[in-house]
Amino acid sequence: MKGMTIIVKKISQIICPVIFMFGLYIILHGHLTPGGGFAGGVIMAGAFILQILANGNILPDLRKEEEGLEFMESAAILGFLILAGLGLLFSGGVVFFANFLDKGELGKLISGGFIPIENVVVGAEVCAAIATIFIAMVVYKDEEKK
Amino acid sequence: MIIYILCFILFLVGLYGVVSKRNLIKIIIGIAIMEYSINLFLIMIGYIEGGTAPIITKGFEHAKFVDPLPQAMILTSIVIGLATTALLLAVAIRLYQKYGTFDINKIKDLKG
Amino acid sequence: MELYLIIILVLMILGSIYSLNATDLLSAVISYGIVGFGLVIAFLLLQAPDLAIVQVVVEVATLIIMIAAIKNTQSKIPKMEFKPKIAVYYAITLIAALVFILIFDRATGCLSQFGADTMRMAQPYIDGAQHTKSANLVTGVVLDFRAYDTLGEATVLFTAVIGVLTILRIKGKKDN
Repeated sequence: MKGMTIIVKKISQIICPVIFMFGLYIILHGHLTPGGGFAGGVIMAGAFILQILANGNILPDLRKEEEGLEFMESAAILGFLILAGLGLLFSGGVVFFANFLDKGELGKLISGGFIPIENVVVGAEVCAAIATIFIAMVVYKDEEKK
Repeated sequence: MIIYILCFILFLVGLYGVVSKRNLIKIIIGIAIMEYSINLFLIMIGYIEGGTAPIITKGFEHAKFVDPLPQAMILTSIVIGLATTALLLAVAIRLYQKYGTFDINKIKDLKG
Repeated sequence: MELYLIIILVLMILGSIYSLNATDLLSAVISYGIVGFGLVIAFLLLQAPDLAIVQVVVEVATLIIMIAAIKNTQSKIPKMEFKPKIAVYYAITLIAALVFILIFDRATGCLSQFGADTMRMAQPYIDGAQHTKSANLVTGVVLDFRAYDTLGEATVLFTAVIGVLTILRIKGKKDN
């Protein structure tokens, strides 16, 4: 797959950070407004996809990026499990995923115990998964058997 | 009740695609359509006449909300649907590279 | 409200039928988009903004992945010529669909009417906002009451990604 013209590359460079920030906003406000880890993760993956579509497949770069994304996904799942285990530990071995942090006040940004942290972890996991799928579809599709 | 039946007709269209079409991409589209119709059906069961979206804001603490449980379950289901569709497409891409066609009848003939 | 939903559902059914009968794979994939984006509007009408956001992004990603899959392939589908045998097949399909619809009507007869207030099971989740302190009730259910389901979802997503990489990657990492 070839990249596009210089205009598209430049515009996508300008727009990608905005999309990424929007995804982060949706993740961090997931417990107050519509959205959350799943929606924000897919939006952040959209920023990656736009960048790859505009710049074409420069194979060595994409391979490195894919390795990083795989690490991010595995780390996110491990973090989710660690959170669950901490809940088990703090509740005295009774409840898996017990909400052990201070809950705060309803409607504030810092509230809901560890729900925002879980949102971040799920967002990282979904973002890495979908970006990896897209890279695999675009890059390894053209790989021929030697 | 007509709205449930229309939803089921959408499911049947997807089933028709899976059973009768010979092109791999169309079979995948049929599976995705079936999944969408099931998602819609479960959300419809949770809907309540005059209810608002299940988000608590100031002044609406005791409003009538729609059922949040089906929405939470379908939220995970949609993302899984994307991943499974991608897995099916990966199989289709490899089959195309090996046999040069998406037609499952021709793929069956070229076995071996 | 119900009328709008019926219009959108009819549009989705027509789009899916066209998508399955198109003679060109690209137009099949694009008219499949009608179903997904119609679903977005249906979710908005059914008061599910979380799902609408997720669905609109996932639909765009699905379309991009599908077009990436069928790019540079021979995408014309030969049209079936009409034979009397095919008319019989269509008749059998219609009869089977009617039977399925009758069974479905019987099976869903025990459900309450569309939009009826049946909150017996959901009331604890709605009161649960006082326990989780999460203003968005859907997030509260996904990440607190039913976080175990989310863990399962993450595992399925991870497995699907590993499957895609295993199928598509021919060369191992050490070879290059």
